[in-house]
Amino acid sequence: MTPSAATAAKDARTSFDVHKVRRDFPILSERVHGKPLVYLDSANTSQKPQAVLDAMDDYYRHANANIHRATHLLSERATALYEGARAQAATFVNAPDPKTIVLTKGTTDGINLVAQSYGRSVLGKGDEVLISWLEHHSNIVPWQLVCEQTGARLRVAPINDAGEVELNQYAALLSPRTKIVAIGHVSNALGTINPVSEMIEQAHAVGAAVLIDGAQAVPHFAVDVQSLDCDFYVFSSHKMFGPTGVGVLYGRPSLLEAMPPYQGGGDMIASVTFEKTQYNVVPYKFEAGTPNIAGVAGFGAAIEYLSSIDRAAALAHEDDVLAYATERVSEIPNVRIFGNARRKAGVLSFLLEGVHPHDAGTILDNEGVAVRTGQHCAQPIMDRFGITATIRASLAIYNTREEIDVLVRALERVRGLFS
Amino acid sequence: MSDLSDLYQEVILDHNKRPRNFRAIVSPTHRAEGYNPLCGDRLNLYVQVDGDVITDVAFQGTGCAISKASASLMTDAVKGHTVGEARELFERFHHVVTTPPDQPVEDLGKLSVLAGVREFPVRVKCASLAWHTLKAALEREQRASTE
Repeated sequence: MTPSAATAAKDARTSFDVHKVRRDFPILSERVHGKPLVYLDSANTSQKPQAVLDAMDDYYRHANANIHRATHLLSERATALYEGARAQAATFVNAPDPKTIVLTKGTTDGINLVAQSYGRSVLGKGDEVLISWLEHHSNIVPWQLVCEQTGARLRVAPINDAGEVELNQYAALLSPRTKIVAIGHVSNALGTINPVSEMIEQAHAVGAAVLIDGAQAVPHFAVDVQSLDCDFYVFSSHKMFGPTGVGVLYGRPSLLEAMPPYQGGGDMIASVTFEKTQYNVVPYKFEAGTPNIAGVAGFGAAIEYLSSIDRAAALAHEDDVLAYATERVSEIPNVRIFGNARRKAGVLSFLLEGVHPHDAGTILDNEGVAVRTGQHCAQPIMDRFGITATIRASLAIYNTREEIDVLVRALERVRGLFS
Repeated sequence: MSDLSDLYQEVILDHNKRPRNFRAIVSPTHRAEGYNPLCGDRLNLYVQVDGDVITDVAFQGTGCAISKASASLMTDAVKGHTVGEARELFERFHHVVTTPPDQPVEDLGKLSVLAGVREFPVRVKCASLAWHTLKAALEREQRASTE
């Protein structure tokens, strides 16, 4: 690193004030069981800043109306909020056009849309869908369903003991039979960051379309769908400080154009007669029914909030807290950490020997510490390591080293009770 | 505020560490597998019924301290009793762990240590998994679930 680069890096770190960020999230001053809340469950769902709460409240107070279909002012305001969020989402992931952004209910909805609309159109007997062992159930089951419907076969690229996809085996599983590759950008259970650019390039070389599940990536770092060159990118609002029930499917324009509708209903049509229905244009063709307008307004505010933050500095802060957490938790006797990938984001999954994660979760909760315990919707990963559950501490931009100290003290209490 | 020491009483910690009847029974008259999809815990329950009497009962599996202790205490509680008595005890136990914490419940002896779960609603399923599995085994269903 050159001296000037070092100075820039230092400036980037100091330009991020975690205590200022914490003040933006009202719930972080909540007390649970009489203790200050230490929220280490953001991979499950993140907390929401005041700006997001205000946007949703403002929508209901000043703009509540249905979108795209009325001539009155409120509908105009609602439509502007809704379409404004779509444009913000496009900028957020550097999509070429807002028309490439389909607003969904969330990541799961986006994957099911692609599986049923695109997958069902292109898959047949003898074809294959390739996923990895790291996938969340939502990036496994929709593919199992479409494979059952079409006679295609689901293949799974294995992972090594560190929790990284075995890239040589991934490459070996790719063939002209592979029609779709669906890979998580960041593992929700282990925190592994997959080298998706390389994986996309290899998949394209055999003619497969690639869906990237970015639910656990977008809260941590900037994503550029054009530079990744993926065909589909899906993520959820609620993991990136927005409300639940809203998500994004980015699709390559030529693919979205060719895909049949997923669900039928209002707003997705141009004209309806009993003989023939003309579908609306992309992306409306995929947005049947009145959507979660207030949620989309909140999602827009979440994007604006994230855009106001120096993301490189925020990531450096998060990485620092993760490294500190890994070090402190490793020092606890008889602890086993799962997921030691070289590149990780936001997740520390571990077990205390002789203590079931559920018992640990209850005791941690009693100390004000919120973690997730269980299989994290990723049963195959648990099976891979021969365990049934882990304790998962997951981080976001608002977590601090001091909170990790509280976690470690609470874990000592767990050990005390079960020793 | 819910008190942890009500949940993790000495009896529970002891049964978690040294579960009673933690073994398999070869070709029992009744058996069932219990599963809690919330945490992935599994429990295999073996019941030997001779005439109308439960002459032996044992379990194996993975689980948290609450579910393991509950299974262990249950095997002690129903062994030597009739199937009808075990079913009745299931009902009484179920009532105890699902009654709101501010209301009085009957004393079930050792089993009452599990009444502490009432303060921790998400853990009620842990305490009742073994009992649901016993009920399923006696009804000859092969699988019980807390869902």
